[in-house]
Amino acid sequence: MGISLINIVYLVASVCFILGLKGLVSPRTAPRGNMIGAFGMLLAVVATLLDQHIVTFQLIIIGLVVGGAIGTYLALTVEMTAMPQMVAAFNGFGGGASALVAATALLAPGDLSNVPPTQLYVATAASGIIGAATFTGSMVAWAKLQGVLNWQPKSDVLQKIINATLFLASLALGALVVMNPTGHWAYWLLVAVASVLGVMLTVPIGGADMPVVIALLNSYSGLAACATGFVLGNNVLIIAGSLVGASGLILTSIMCKAMNRSLAHVLFGTLGPTAETASADEVYGGKVKSASAEEAAMIFETARLVIIVPGYGMAVAQAQHSVRDLANLLHERGVEVKYAIHPVAGRMPGHMNVLLAEADVPYEQLFALEDINDSFPEADIALVIGANDVVNPSAREDTTSPIYGMPILDVDKAQTVMIIKRSLSPGFAGIPNPLFATPNALMLYGDGKEMVRELTAALREA
Amino acid sequence: MEAFIIYITVFVLAIFVGFEVITKVPPTLHTPLMSGANAISGITVVGAIVAAGSKESTVAAILGCVAVIMATINVVGGFLVTNRMLLMFKKKK
Repeated sequence: MGISLINIVYLVASVCFILGLKGLVSPRTAPRGNMIGAFGMLLAVVATLLDQHIVTFQLIIIGLVVGGAIGTYLALTVEMTAMPQMVAAFNGFGGGASALVAATALLAPGDLSNVPPTQLYVATAASGIIGAATFTGSMVAWAKLQGVLNWQPKSDVLQKIINATLFLASLALGALVVMNPTGHWAYWLLVAVASVLGVMLTVPIGGADMPVVIALLNSYSGLAACATGFVLGNNVLIIAGSLVGASGLILTSIMCKAMNRSLAHVLFGTLGPTAETASADEVYGGKVKSASAEEAAMIFETARLVIIVPGYGMAVAQAQHSVRDLANLLHERGVEVKYAIHPVAGRMPGHMNVLLAEADVPYEQLFALEDINDSFPEADIALVIGANDVVNPSAREDTTSPIYGMPILDVDKAQTVMIIKRSLSPGFAGIPNPLFATPNALMLYGDGKEMVRELTAALREA
Repeated sequence: MEAFIIYITVFVLAIFVGFEVITKVPPTLHTPLMSGANAISGITVVGAIVAAGSKESTVAAILGCVAVIMATINVVGGFLVTNRMLLMFKKKK
């Protein structure tokens, strides 16, 4: 196949990727969009296999078969609750592959690419830094989300100095690669330094900041592909990489806004109680009321509008199916049920939506923060399941609070707020939640899934 | 230099297209957006295939093969898992 024909096919593939992403504007058109994207990928791969530069297919077939089998197995067996770590791992593989491809272009120049030398070497260095850092950063994110790695050092000054040094070192090595491209050691050292940097940047981040990191790594995996596109002089890599880079950046900025924090603060700052933060005893002291499932069910009997607010705790307890059962029962009794989804609820953008979709909750019942907040004053019950910081009224009222200014769901404005939670332990921000001590709040202590089931059973008997 | 300008042009325009298209994706679909976009970033498989198939340097070919494996996991896994999620969103309608 001639080079210009291959490039035409690459153009068609690029168009497929754009149309595929465009399909994601609505759940109705999204599956078709995804198919179009996959078809574009198939086209690009087939065209590449017909490239005249390829003289042996052995290693290609091994790679495609092994990778395809692993990918298929992972995709078909992963639990929906484990989706954040799956996406993190996939991001890492993409970034790692890009860094390796750039390496091969350095080892065999002229074989893979015929771009001008300066472009080749600068892009190779960029691809190596971004790709390697994406790979190790994603693996750390995976390990944290999977619960394999629990180590979380506080980000301190020393760490910032180390990170800055590593970053400057990788840039210096990048310059060395450009000046002395035949000395391959510089590239491998660059990959090593960038790998350590990826680990150091991700290790201090955990919990509620995870969505930002996953979105950012998503963006990096795209940018790494993009840099590799410059290495190879291949437009389809540049286009596809840019699309993904843009997508990740948009999600990163949405996540940061939803927490009222800058990207730098998420990456390098710390979130925690300050000297002015009231202690748990001052906030809760004798004012917290709790109720049993039976008592809660009695309040549900007379409700007209119930808003359910899920958080990461719902994912941990795998409570989405039980929540759906409760909502269905309420619906049968003529109660209107809505779900309020905070942008950073869970561990990745859209995490709650996927879990509720898995449990067959129609997406029309899911509302974003800005669309639901006005409805809380009309709600008889706001039922909070495993969410904490995103419903903490201090973010609205207490200027000294570390989370002040973060947009929250105004559950405290509902007639009654019920909070399903194991204990009064603080959320990710490590601060007490005055919501639990308000007169209209009721704590339902217990495991998310168990408590929702008991509540459903009690309501059914009533 | 001429070629480089063309690549940069493509890059900048593609970033703009990305922003235009992706700002319209509703929050409900943000997870499938990430996994789907992630699968697309596996396009690097194209470069990996050429690297694995050119026998000029065996080290390069073996690195290429590893890159094909990683990128293919990314592509196949990404599109399949996205499809799985999107069908869940669809089935209720």
